[in-house]
Amino acid sequence: MPEAVISAKNLVKKYKDFPAVDGISFDIAPGESFGFLGPNGAGKSTTMRMVGAVSTRTAGDLSIIGLDPNQNGPEIRSQLGVVPQADNLDADLKVRDNLIIYGRYFGFPRNYLGPKADELLEFAQLTDKAKSRVDDLSGGMKRRLTIARALINNPRILLLDEPTTGLDPQARHVLWDRLFRLKEQGTTLVLTTHYMDEAEQLCDRLVVIDKGSIMAEGTPASLIRQYSTREVLELRFGSDRNAAVAEQIAGIGDRIEVLPDRILIYSDNGEAELQRVTEAGLNPITSLVRRSSLEDVFLRLTGRSLIE
Amino acid sequence: MSIDVSLERAKEQAVAGGVKPRRFGGWYVAEHRLMVMRSYLQTMIATGIGSPLLYLYALGVGLATIVDANVGSEQAAVTYLVFVAPALLCSAALTTATEEFSYPIMLGFKWNPTFFGMNSAPLTGQQIINGVVYAVIIRMLGQSIVYYAFMLLFGAVPSPLGWLTIPVATLTGMAVGTLIMAYATHLDEDRGQFNYVMRFGVIPMTLFSGTFFPLETLPSFLQWIGWISPLWHGVELSRVFAYGLDEPGWLTAVHVIYLIALTVIGWVVAQRLAVRRLNK
Amino acid sequence: MTTIEAPPVAHVNRPFLLPSLYAGNARSVMERAVKATASSNWLIVVSGFFEPVFYLLAMGIGLGAYIGTIQTAGGQEIPYAAYIAPALLAVAAMNGAIFDSTWNVFFKMNFGKLYDGMLATSLGPFDVALGEIMMALARGLAYACGFMLVMQVLGLNLSWTAILALPAVLLIAFGFASFGMGITSYMKTFQQMDWINFILLPMFLFSATFYPLSVYPEWIQWIIQAMPLWHGVELMRGLTTGIMTGGMIWHVLYYVVMVVVGLTLTTRRLKALFLE
Repeated sequence: MPEAVISAKNLVKKYKDFPAVDGISFDIAPGESFGFLGPNGAGKSTTMRMVGAVSTRTAGDLSIIGLDPNQNGPEIRSQLGVVPQADNLDADLKVRDNLIIYGRYFGFPRNYLGPKADELLEFAQLTDKAKSRVDDLSGGMKRRLTIARALINNPRILLLDEPTTGLDPQARHVLWDRLFRLKEQGTTLVLTTHYMDEAEQLCDRLVVIDKGSIMAEGTPASLIRQYSTREVLELRFGSDRNAAVAEQIAGIGDRIEVLPDRILIYSDNGEAELQRVTEAGLNPITSLVRRSSLEDVFLRLTGRSLIE
Repeated sequence: MSIDVSLERAKEQAVAGGVKPRRFGGWYVAEHRLMVMRSYLQTMIATGIGSPLLYLYALGVGLATIVDANVGSEQAAVTYLVFVAPALLCSAALTTATEEFSYPIMLGFKWNPTFFGMNSAPLTGQQIINGVVYAVIIRMLGQSIVYYAFMLLFGAVPSPLGWLTIPVATLTGMAVGTLIMAYATHLDEDRGQFNYVMRFGVIPMTLFSGTFFPLETLPSFLQWIGWISPLWHGVELSRVFAYGLDEPGWLTAVHVIYLIALTVIGWVVAQRLAVRRLNK
Repeated sequence: MTTIEAPPVAHVNRPFLLPSLYAGNARSVMERAVKATASSNWLIVVSGFFEPVFYLLAMGIGLGAYIGTIQTAGGQEIPYAAYIAPALLAVAAMNGAIFDSTWNVFFKMNFGKLYDGMLATSLGPFDVALGEIMMALARGLAYACGFMLVMQVLGLNLSWTAILALPAVLLIAFGFASFGMGITSYMKTFQQMDWINFILLPMFLFSATFYPLSVYPEWIQWIIQAMPLWHGVELMRGLTTGIMTGGMIWHVLYYVVMVVVGLTLTTRRLKALFLE
């Protein structure tokens, strides 16, 4: 593996006595797209703030572009683009002015920032909104503007905290498409998400994180291979019957998970398992065979769903 | 070219990228603040011109007719207009400082958290506070210059040193404003605290700081209000420059030291609190 | 055997006036405002009482020590504090009413989206307008009672007619509140809201609040006399000093007209904004 642009060893962040991040280690290579997958409150955002060199770590080692954020915060941040979870665009300024003033923070001259802002508005598909007020933009537009803003300094590393939370499906796809282009251009992407489809779409490699600790690490495919079967059979018998039925079908498939609203049967051949269920005289209200996803990996690792 | 070299180069670039923000960061924030103020330009100009015109005319001309008619010239060293004008100048700066150092700070930390955005760029908490202060100083200076021009127009400034009231008024605004800024930086939730600051702090201060009548008029057990009031110190100092108010030299020194001390305390505390608040 | 009871039918008295706009239930709007005030910011509301008192102490007692007595428009000499106290009361009535009917309403309209919810029920825009205005009046009356008490203690109520200042406060506040709410409905940004202060400040400074109009050239006097606050100040001053004149009826009439015009404007605007 090439030398890491971000390297964390036993990273800890405590608020009073509560460990939000409890000794995690990871390395991110240049040009890589790296994800933190986990439910809300897992410690993803805290990790992102430490990597963003705005939150002081309680213990452990952290090096970003070979520098220590405790000493070189401004230097590190000059090379980062940050897309926070909650937009903090300035509502008092027009769309284009938001980009220009943000570029000023890095010390770029205005005659450079003008054309750069126009180029980024084009990239974010917001050219015709250049003179709009920020409050008049839709949620997806605001997020694209925030991403454009994060690119004003041609960052080496782009940090995205829950980039598509709260967006409608179409807006998410537009956003993913923009992020793909950045990845193709060689930008290192680091993102947190609690959406497994987003993690599968965008991440070369990811860590599953829960309660401040890393549960597993790998590519999306290898994690699924390692922690789940190829297919999953989803059965619904009605919420009051699921538990009772589960006992009758014990032994079918490699593993069974009983959720409040459905039963999951893990197997390399879902159709075959479905046949065995019907042969046992059970008639589910609905049945569905699908590929395993990171959701299943998370369920296996923590016994809980990603979205609760 | 190996990856190793490229990481080394990235490091060099980072070090180079930190130079300008470290040196000029505060001014970048000030630039942002002034850009935001520009969207309030119309009301700012209207206040900047309307407020001196109205107050100087209403109090310095209108009210003055009654005061001057009742206060014999042997009692008062100067006309009421000359007496009250420096106080109005300082109060105007104080009002602006109260405005600019309260809600905009809450806005930047909470309602529209642009300060966190600045901090994710290379700027530090100290620089953000400094930038806000620079921008407000610029606004207060501009406003005080206009106010002073109106004072000249009304014939309210007998002394050639009168122009020194401009920096004094600005300093008065700073002495109160930076303390309010520190408080706003500390404040997590707005439950109308600034209303109390206005009603029990700024308004009584404006009324009882030897502004409209000399402090000695107050019963002696209430005169401490003036002694602790930054506005009283600012107004008295302004009067020394505007018409040569007769006061001992040590008292003039106390005015200057007191105003600077409060400014520095508020400023430094606000910086510390901002750094802590941003470092979540 | 079970009987299915009909759901209780809400008893709504459609009043004779403005049946499409008014459900005769402004009280519930006001009730909400009282509860919201009681639960969140009653201390702030209480603190509002102190502002005019501070002014009275500073200008009336502090500055008054230098001025002594002052000649009223009618030629009588009265202490300076007794001269400005009724004016400050009128100003307080104006400020309170304007704050409640402009900033407060502006926030609810543009941020709280409170009215959309209210108007989706059986309430009409007139209920909303009247409810908010009555709340402003109730608050204004409470302040006025406190202030009159302070005046009494300081010996600034020179005649028994001072008691009539209380209904007069209501009238003044009603005039400003009904107008303020209508004007606010046109406002979209904070910057526009700031302009309200540019009308209030000169009125506060020039409406014979701190000294008689006679110090001004005649044309300025005419402008001031066209503005509402001057009428309020003169009305209050006549009542608390007991220097009553027949001309005071015109001040009262001025406010009655203001209330009618203001309410019409406000209701029409609310209807246009929310029901069309």
